[in-house]
Amino acid sequence: MTTSVQSGRPVRFQPLNVGRWLVWGLTAVLFAVIPLIFKSGFAITLLSQMGILIVFALSYNMIFGQGGMLSFGHAVYSGLGAFFAIHALNWVGAGTLPLPVSLIPLVGGLFGALFGVIFGYVTTKKSGTPFAMITLGLGEMVFAASLMFPGFFGGEGGISSDRVVGAPFLGISYGPAIQVYYLIAVWCFVSMIAMFAFSHTPLGRISNAVRDNPERAEFLGYNTQRVRYLVLIASAFFAGISGGLAAINFEIVTAENVSALRSGGVLLAAFIGGAMFFFGPVIGSVIFVLFAVALSEWTKAWQFYLGVFFVLMVMYAPGGVASLILMNLRVAKYRLFAQLRDPYVGVLMTGGVLLVGIILVVEMSYHLTLNFAAGSKTSIFGFTMDGADPAFWVMAFGILISGALSFEAMRRYFAREWGAVQEKIEDQLRREQRG
Amino acid sequence: MEFFLISLLNGVSYGLLLFMLASGLTLIFSMMGVLNFAHASFYMIGAYFAYQISTWVGFWPALVIAPLLVGGLGALVEKYGLRRVHKWGHVPELLFTFGLSYIIVELVQIVWGRAAVPYQVPAELQGPLFTLFTTSFPKYRGFMMLVAVLMLVAIWLMLTRTRIGLVIQASLTHPETVEALGHNVPRVFMLTFAGGTALAGLAGVIGGNAFVTEPSMAALVGSIIFVVTVVGGMGSLAGAFIASLLIGVMQSFAIAVDYSGIKLAQDIGFTVTPATPLYSLFQLSVSQVAPVLPYLLLVLILIFRPKGLMGTREG
Repeated sequence: MTTSVQSGRPVRFQPLNVGRWLVWGLTAVLFAVIPLIFKSGFAITLLSQMGILIVFALSYNMIFGQGGMLSFGHAVYSGLGAFFAIHALNWVGAGTLPLPVSLIPLVGGLFGALFGVIFGYVTTKKSGTPFAMITLGLGEMVFAASLMFPGFFGGEGGISSDRVVGAPFLGISYGPAIQVYYLIAVWCFVSMIAMFAFSHTPLGRISNAVRDNPERAEFLGYNTQRVRYLVLIASAFFAGISGGLAAINFEIVTAENVSALRSGGVLLAAFIGGAMFFFGPVIGSVIFVLFAVALSEWTKAWQFYLGVFFVLMVMYAPGGVASLILMNLRVAKYRLFAQLRDPYVGVLMTGGVLLVGIILVVEMSYHLTLNFAAGSKTSIFGFTMDGADPAFWVMAFGILISGALSFEAMRRYFAREWGAVQEKIEDQLRREQRG
Repeated sequence: MEFFLISLLNGVSYGLLLFMLASGLTLIFSMMGVLNFAHASFYMIGAYFAYQISTWVGFWPALVIAPLLVGGLGALVEKYGLRRVHKWGHVPELLFTFGLSYIIVELVQIVWGRAAVPYQVPAELQGPLFTLFTTSFPKYRGFMMLVAVLMLVAIWLMLTRTRIGLVIQASLTHPETVEALGHNVPRVFMLTFAGGTALAGLAGVIGGNAFVTEPSMAALVGSIIFVVTVVGGMGSLAGAFIASLLIGVMQSFAIAVDYSGIKLAQDIGFTVTPATPLYSLFQLSVSQVAPVLPYLLLVLILIFRPKGLMGTREG
């Protein structure tokens, strides 16, 4: 039963959905072209990690956004998949396993699904908050256990491997990073299509019903526990694929791959992007990698900024970045954007001042506590700030407070105008329906 | 015998500390339906506040001031954060506290740095309380137990004997009726959240110097207290009490036992060599398995008694 779901039995689309073909076609072109635009080694690293996280975040969203199961232990499946994938890679290198490197992610996927079968049986007995706590506990258990078996998990150092094994196939040896990027891109694209198709299968649809109204779904004759279980197994399969891709990309897998940090990260990525939309986690993954890989090059406080960004999203935009985009598109569609132009300018400018204030204060204090040996001076935005000099602190807090006050005023103005515009749109919608 | 008694005492004192955390978490959960993910972070803040205050005015004032400050912080978080996301349901509330735990860890590192701070047991409480056979039991452990038991009694008296306690109990089950009777339910929620976080802060004050005050202390204890609340039964204070003691005692016994699968096999007459299948499993001693035990207990409880030891509701 599960295999038929995972391989994605041909889904009956509408006769010819031009828009859908166009979107997927453009996605494929984007995957192919983007490394030709951003050519630097760092950009390729970023893109590869984005591809891996996109698969992981979409698989997470199968249970979170579409199935309504908030999990704090999804890294278990990707991490265990990654461990089996890297062992498989080592066996390929030793010549004991005749498998092309390109298919290694499939090993990760299969073992991810296997652990989905084992762990999912326990976790999906519950839903809601207890499910969240159980997945957290299970994640901790796997993490603790992974340090107990150094033979398989490699202890603190992890398991490392070499992906350049076997004879090059059509000149593809996976030595250069760009070849690995294209491997990831192909797997990412195929997984995206498969997961999108899954969301349109009867099982995918029923999982939405179980999310929204489990009681009603039970009355219709569906076993909600079984639905959750099957969806979790499918999701664990794709998580395992992302783990396999990570194993090939980094050539090392450590206990950190199954840790709560990883599980929390994928939750952040999916939520920031927008869990209620299929493409939300894709946006979220791009943003998350920009924070975790690009911003961390600049500042040690990137987790602070990410945490604040996440909390702000939870408080003001629970639909994620995807919902923000769609709402603004709707405003543009009804040609009401002119009314929002001034509020937008105001909010963005005062928000910018506030952000500069926050960054100054955070960076100066971080530099003082963590990097004291290097002296009290630090360079922010090209200016040299001296954390030992009170004048700089007065300036930083001055910017912070004036930014906060003006931003709050602008935010209220914006909220008022935004509400008025949304009301107009609702009004027009109602009139259209009647007419 | 000596080993047994000392392990039992250590386990009970650790279990009582767990209960101080789990009781606040359970109160908040059963009252507001919010699983406070940042609960262990408030524990950490309690420890850091106590460290900072004790460097200025000493340990004893810190014992009172730090939990109050943490409780005040909790009230602010409830009023300006949780209440805003309340209208979107429980998952955004949970996610809010999850994000908060991220921020708190970073803030603590910004203010106090990444290394552990030297938060120490006050001089009056150093030294042994009594000596059992040859092992001495530290005074501070006794003090921890005393504080925990006093707190337990205080909560129980407050919940059952005072007016505010009765209102809290009533709001647990019938918030609409309580509101109709003229009580300010959002304020009761805020007070509960503040109270729960203050309890976590108190646990931090007395746990921070018994263990280590460092930025990872929240993550170390965080998942254990979730296990405690699930094993005890979601929303059951009595269950949380039993589960904390159970896990505390289990942990302290397991850490001290050096009995492995190899020895077990020898005792029943097998010899295990590296060639035996699953050798790495046999090799593990009980003390090595100790970190996993609470989670194993969690899984077993879920399979055999899904509503927890003392729970009344399922799912």
